[in-house]
Amino acid sequence: MVNFILLILIYTVIYSFMALGQNVITGYGGMLSLCQAGFFAIGSYTTGILTVKCGWGFWPTMFVGMFIAIVLGILIGIPTLRLKGDYLAIVTLGVGEIIKNVINNWISLTNGPMGIQRIPMVKVFGFKVNPYNNKFGFLLLSLCILLLCALFLHRFIRTRNGRALEAVREDELASLSSGINSTVYKVMAFAIGACLASIGGSLYSVLTLSISPGTYTFMMSVMVLCMVVLGGMGNLLGVILGAFIIQLISYLPELTGLSRVIPPQCKEILFGVILVVMMIFRPEGLLGRPKRQTNFMSDSKGTVLLYKAKHVCSNISSLFSNIKKGKGGKA
Amino acid sequence: MTLLETKKLTRAFGGVVAVNNVDFTAESGMITGLIGPNGAGKTTLFNNITGLDKPTSGEVIFAGENITKLPSYKIARRGIGRTFQNIRLFKELTVLENVLLGLHFGTGVAFRPLAAINSYVRLLKERKEMLGKAYKWLDFMNLRKVENELAKNLPYGHQRELEIARALATEPKLLFLDEPAAGMNPNETLQLIDTIKRIRSEGVSVVLIEHDMRLVMTVCDTITVLQYGNKIASGTPDEIKKNPRVIEAYLGGGSDE
Repeated sequence: MVNFILLILIYTVIYSFMALGQNVITGYGGMLSLCQAGFFAIGSYTTGILTVKCGWGFWPTMFVGMFIAIVLGILIGIPTLRLKGDYLAIVTLGVGEIIKNVINNWISLTNGPMGIQRIPMVKVFGFKVNPYNNKFGFLLLSLCILLLCALFLHRFIRTRNGRALEAVREDELASLSSGINSTVYKVMAFAIGACLASIGGSLYSVLTLSISPGTYTFMMSVMVLCMVVLGGMGNLLGVILGAFIIQLISYLPELTGLSRVIPPQCKEILFGVILVVMMIFRPEGLLGRPKRQTNFMSDSKGTVLLYKAKHVCSNISSLFSNIKKGKGGKA
Repeated sequence: MTLLETKKLTRAFGGVVAVNNVDFTAESGMITGLIGPNGAGKTTLFNNITGLDKPTSGEVIFAGENITKLPSYKIARRGIGRTFQNIRLFKELTVLENVLLGLHFGTGVAFRPLAAINSYVRLLKERKEMLGKAYKWLDFMNLRKVENELAKNLPYGHQRELEIARALATEPKLLFLDEPAAGMNPNETLQLIDTIKRIRSEGVSVVLIEHDMRLVMTVCDTITVLQYGNKIASGTPDEIKKNPRVIEAYLGGGSDE
């Protein structure tokens, strides 16, 4: 049971990478992209191929994967990010499928549908982290990388570049006439999102130790989008919380020991129900967008922490009051 | 000295010619008015000059440089600022952040993705410089008291002022104001007149689209009149007031023989 909970947490962390990336693209950049699974696959396969066929260690392959994802993100981003809204969603959906199909059919490189097996375990300072026996170690490892990424994003959105990205989301015409090159920032967001998904992918391949193209479906990208919407767009903590809740739901039948009674399709129904309930009671997501930092100059770390704790509390309380209000309305 | 000049600027949307062979000039250090009935092509002309829309033919010369084919963000960097007829602010950002975004391209290196992990001290210094400039413009527009409000929560008049502050923060040589007095009460309009004059005394030339004739006649040094995409007159306010074609365009006379 403990192992199972650890596994859920590990999956939460791995999906959080994709969700954080999606958050940069959708939450900060305001673009509806549906190809996180594609970039996740890039990371997985870079690690898989380089470790198995070339005998590399895990860490360099992770960086190679990030690099490939960034380059691919920029190459795909430049032509597609001229589109907006639904059109962008359709094109990125296509991109995700293309990546999956290339992997499926480039048999000499990727082994095609057979996938890649016997991926060596990740080594930290010479110690192997066995994802089967040492789940806690693996969780700790991936959590550390996740925290680094979250910290990067936390800083990034407060720089002038982060602010410019949000400006492009708010009003592209106005940002253009303020001298902001909107294409640069959209492509930047796309590349960062791709890079984060690729890190998650690399970790995924050393978790399962065997990968096959069937994993990286369109449903995976949709699930990631659900995590961001559920947790709160533009909120790093919220996105990770969203990833956890979605993971919890998808393993709910096994977790409650009712996997014989509840059919596995049930989780898709639950996703739907949750999204509908969220849209009615709290469309901004569980934690909502964080309030803007009000004082630029005097934000010591302690006050920021206090401020955040207060913000989370107020969000939770308003969530409850919203639910109460909803019930009151019906009665 | 001529700061901005359009040469035979034409913009056609299919068969509809919104702007037809217009030679528009704006002099340095002057307030130029651009008036005309609804649908005369004033905003289209603005959009073509600022690059948000590209002309079908003709040229735009700004400070001696042909900027017709430049993308709009580069035109903004050359020194043309603008506001919009229907206010366009970064609504979910604070007032201060809106102005900081106007300063965006003037500070730092334009593309620096590693800024997030750059030296904290440098960020702080850069931030201080930017804040100093931002506060200058906030004070200029009297918006300092609401600096931490979200732009969407401001009352209408403040939103207009904020848009002007953001445009000024790009430190333009020429500022285009698209109907700044729309929806303002007489008091606010009086304030606006003062603001526009103060903008000019900062060394920024102004081009003004406006329907409020009192405002236009008070502040403008020269006025250009458009009708159905054609330039029908240009001159000082007094000349424009007496021009029979302008009177006809506005009052619809002319058929009485």
